[in-house]
Amino acid sequence: MSIITIMMSVILVNNYVLSQFLGICPFLGVSKKLDAAAGMGFAVIFVMVLATAATWPIMQVLNNFEIGYLQTVVFILVIAALVQLVEMILKKFMPALHKSLGVYLPLITTNCAVLGVCISNIDSGYGYFTSLCNAAGAGIGFLLAMVLFAGVRGKLENEEGVPMPFRGVPLTLITAAMLSLGFMGFSGLFQ
Amino acid sequence: MENKVSKLSILTKGIIKENPVLVLLLGTCPTLATTSSAINGIGMGVSAMAVLICSNIVISLLRNIIPDKVRIPCYIVVIAGFVTVVQMLLQAFVPSLYASLGLFIPLIVVNCIILGRAEMFASKNNPFDSALDGIGMGLGFTLALGIMGLIREFLGSGTLFGVAVQTFVPGMGIFNLAPGGFFVFGILVALVNYITKGKGTKKSFGCEGCAMAAMCGGARKEKECEKGAEE
Repeated sequence: MSIITIMMSVILVNNYVLSQFLGICPFLGVSKKLDAAAGMGFAVIFVMVLATAATWPIMQVLNNFEIGYLQTVVFILVIAALVQLVEMILKKFMPALHKSLGVYLPLITTNCAVLGVCISNIDSGYGYFTSLCNAAGAGIGFLLAMVLFAGVRGKLENEEGVPMPFRGVPLTLITAAMLSLGFMGFSGLFQ
Repeated sequence: MENKVSKLSILTKGIIKENPVLVLLLGTCPTLATTSSAINGIGMGVSAMAVLICSNIVISLLRNIIPDKVRIPCYIVVIAGFVTVVQMLLQAFVPSLYASLGLFIPLIVVNCIILGRAEMFASKNNPFDSALDGIGMGLGFTLALGIMGLIREFLGSGTLFGVAVQTFVPGMGIFNLAPGGFFVFGILVALVNYITKGKGTKKSFGCEGCAMAAMCGGARKEKECEKGAEE
C-alpha cells in the first residue's frame, strides 16, 4: 500500500475521531472555539509524530528482548515523559510556539488517540517511515475533524428552541453523529 | 469527610447518582467504540472494572508512600500494569472478545475514569472503601456500556447478545457504525437529563472530561485545571 493511500485513508475514511472513536474527549471538550480547536489539532499532529518516532524504535528493542508484553506500560511512560520534555524545550527555546501550542501539550499526554496511533502502527506492522506518515495522517485527520466541528458548533451557540434535555452535551453528540455520517460518505474510497 | 459516608453509599453512588459515563461524562472513547454489540460493551465494562478495582486497592495501599509530586506517573504505572494483566488474561481465555475489542484493551490505561478515581478517591481513602468505590464505579460503567450495547445491537441488527429477537424489520446498520454510537449516546444523555431535570448532569464537557484532568493540576475544579494548564 502506498504511503499516500495510507495517509488519505487515515485522514478521510478511517478518521481517528469520527470513525474510530479515538480522542473523543478533546474533540468534544476543546471544540467550542475555532482557534482553540486548530491549536489543539496542530499540537496533536506534533505529539503524534513525535511519539511514533520515539515508540517505534523502542518496540524493536522490546521485541529484541522478547518483552513485547510491556508495550502498554513502556509506551505510556515514554509518551508522558516526552511531552513534558518537549514542553520544557519549547518553553526555553521557542517561546512563541510554546505560547500557541503549549497550553494543549500537557492536555494530550494521555489522549487515547496518541497512544492509539503508536500501538496501531506496531500492530499493522508498518515500517518506520510509513509509521511516521500514518501518525501525521492521523493527526491531520484529527485537525480536520476538530476544525469542521468547531465551525459547526459556532453556529449552534444560540440554543433557543432546543428542547431542555437536549441542550448542551446531547446536542453536541448528535451534531457529532451528523458529521460522522458525512464522513461515512468517504468509505470505500480506499481499501 | 468522605470516610463518614456510609459504605453502602460509596458502593451505590457510582451506579446511578454519579454514573461515570452518563452523568460525569468520563470515558467517552471506549463507551462509543466498544458498544456496537452488547457482549462487546459488557466485556469492555468488566475489563475496565477489574483494572479499576485492582488499581484502586493498590493505589490506596501505596497512598502514604508515593511522593505527592510524582503521584500521577506512579498511578499510571500501576494502572498500566493491571491493564497488561487483563490484556493477557483476555487473550488467553476469551480470544474472540480480545479480537473484537482490539486496540481498546491497551487503551484502558488512558481511560479517564480509572485515573480520575485514583486521583479523587483511592489516594485519600483506605483500601476497603477504595475497593467498594471501584466496584461501584465499575458497575456503573458496565451498566452504561451494556445498555448502549443492547440498544445499538437491537436497532442495528435486530439481535440481543447475538440471539435474533426481531426478524420483521431489517436492522438499521447505521447503528452498528460510528454515527449510531454518537447518536445513541446523545439520546441517552438527554434521557438522563430529562429524568434528573438537568440537575445531575454536567452542562458541558469540561476539563474533567479529559484524561488529563488529573495531570494538569486539578481533577477538582475546571478553573483550577485550566489554570494548571496555563502555567
